[in-house]
Amino acid sequence: MPITRRTKDNIIHGSFFAIAASSILVLFLIMLFLFIEGLPIFKVVSVPDFVFGNAWYPTDDPADFGILPMIAASFSVTFLSSLLAIPLGIMTAIYLAEIASPRMRSIVKPFVEMLQALPSVVIGFFGMVVVAPLLQHWFDIPTGLNMFNASIMLAFMAVPTITSISEDAIFSVPNELREASLALGANKWQTIANVVLPASLTGISTAVILGMARSIGETMVVLMVAGGAAMIPTSIFNPVRPMPASIAAEMAEAPFQSDHYYALFATGMVLFLFTLMFNILAAYFAEKKKQVGVATL
Amino acid sequence: MTQMTQPLPANALDTTMTAMPQDPGYLKRRSPLQTIMFTLFKASVVINGLALAIICGYVLYYGLPAISWEFLLAHPRNAMTEGGIFPCIIGTIALSYGSMVIALPWGVATAIYLHEYAKPGPFVHAVRLAINNLAGVPSVVFGLFGLSFFVTVMGMGVSLLAGMFTLSALVLPLIIGASEEALRSVSPTYREASLGLGATKWQTISRVVLPAATPGILTGGILAIGRAAGETAAIMFTAAMFFSPKLPSSVFDSVMALPYHIYVLATAGTEIEKTRPLQYGTALVLISLVLGMNMIAIIIRARLQKKLR
Repeated sequence: MPITRRTKDNIIHGSFFAIAASSILVLFLIMLFLFIEGLPIFKVVSVPDFVFGNAWYPTDDPADFGILPMIAASFSVTFLSSLLAIPLGIMTAIYLAEIASPRMRSIVKPFVEMLQALPSVVIGFFGMVVVAPLLQHWFDIPTGLNMFNASIMLAFMAVPTITSISEDAIFSVPNELREASLALGANKWQTIANVVLPASLTGISTAVILGMARSIGETMVVLMVAGGAAMIPTSIFNPVRPMPASIAAEMAEAPFQSDHYYALFATGMVLFLFTLMFNILAAYFAEKKKQVGVATL
Repeated sequence: MTQMTQPLPANALDTTMTAMPQDPGYLKRRSPLQTIMFTLFKASVVINGLALAIICGYVLYYGLPAISWEFLLAHPRNAMTEGGIFPCIIGTIALSYGSMVIALPWGVATAIYLHEYAKPGPFVHAVRLAINNLAGVPSVVFGLFGLSFFVTVMGMGVSLLAGMFTLSALVLPLIIGASEEALRSVSPTYREASLGLGATKWQTISRVVLPAATPGILTGGILAIGRAAGETAAIMFTAAMFFSPKLPSSVFDSVMALPYHIYVLATAGTEIEKTRPLQYGTALVLISLVLGMNMIAIIIRARLQKKLR
């Protein structure tokens, strides 16, 4: 039977369908393998003991596998960095979308993109070699490799994410809204603060959440700069050990399929679940954004 | 068709203009808050620019003296305290371009399906959800996945091949996003014209849509190479090694790579202070490679936008 044009086209359609489906498969495989390699640790330690355990001595006998210090470190570093990254990112986005002339925009935008493109290992290296000695000197602290340093470095990694997504959100606010506000006598700032920002709030929330997701999952910066002490931080100048740093630092030493190895995969599992949560939250806000338009306001 | 609106008298605008105060500082004084806020916005842009400039400036200033032909073309010597970074450059280029061999066809095909074939529905929704979540997976988790799946289960070992596969999964969302954007920018009239001439859907896509979208897709590919070249955590357990006396001879050999080299020299080297110039030099080579890629992408895109206008 000769292959007709139509059959040929259907076969091609089918192959593209299969390839597109494979991206679901990849995500599924990532989850599957994290679970296969992570779950065996729960034969040794219970889930609450693992998540809320205070002591992490994976090589002692008997070993302690409690990752609360890492979870606390991850969240405090992310929180601290977002204090800097959120205002900086959103203000840059407002400048790009509302104030900058097209010429300025075409100059500033590549800079933001290049900041995004900087390899994380270079930012970590900079924090280690340049920022850490400065902090140690200025604040008279035992080590410059601490939570504060890591947070600043992480902030500059999150800013481009927050900026580019917020900018899109601000840009997509219909022009009628701005014109109406300006026609009522509001000046540019009043229009931005009272009309444009509220209308793009859901988009900006998506941006902020994705920026935070980037911070919590970032590895090299916290591995090189955060100091690496597995303890719950009490001051912003404490050295800490966020989850990604713990995984990256110890995986090389952990014997294949030992309890330590399983525990690190389980840490990866917890990290993955947190970023998944952030992403689902971001997707939820992005979904809501679609309903904002001229008619609904 | 008759002209419906009367043109405004020539002086109509002038009278409204003269009704406003001519003093140029008037608007500024009317809204001091606006002046303050706009200054803040500009300041935040300047802070970002400064961060980029300071990081690049430091690396350039301390890295440039380390750069020489020997540094670029020789192997490391004396427990990596002397010599060059040639194997790392080769390793990084092999990893980033190699991952593109896998990720580019895969990503472009997915984008074609999503934009040209798929009708909105639960399947497309699921694919998009998966891609968005894939984009948010931390790079160290990709590393763990690569370690357990490609290195162990698929039996590739810690190798160039395992690193290429891991990196290709990591840059896939980036390529899909850029390709879809490129397909979207191809005018529907092209497709209609081709289909109207009796071409099948695939003929239309392969001969009309794809050629028109190629520059946009390439831009995405170049950005992805830059991303893959700078990635460290994903190759730590899957492809990279501290030191290798020879260049990789096949895809089943492990490789040295620039980002991992920086990390090792800066944290675990035998003489961290002594190798500082080497660290800066390696960082400079990596930054030039990555930012160079980005610059090329930005220029291509700028030309593209000019053409579209």
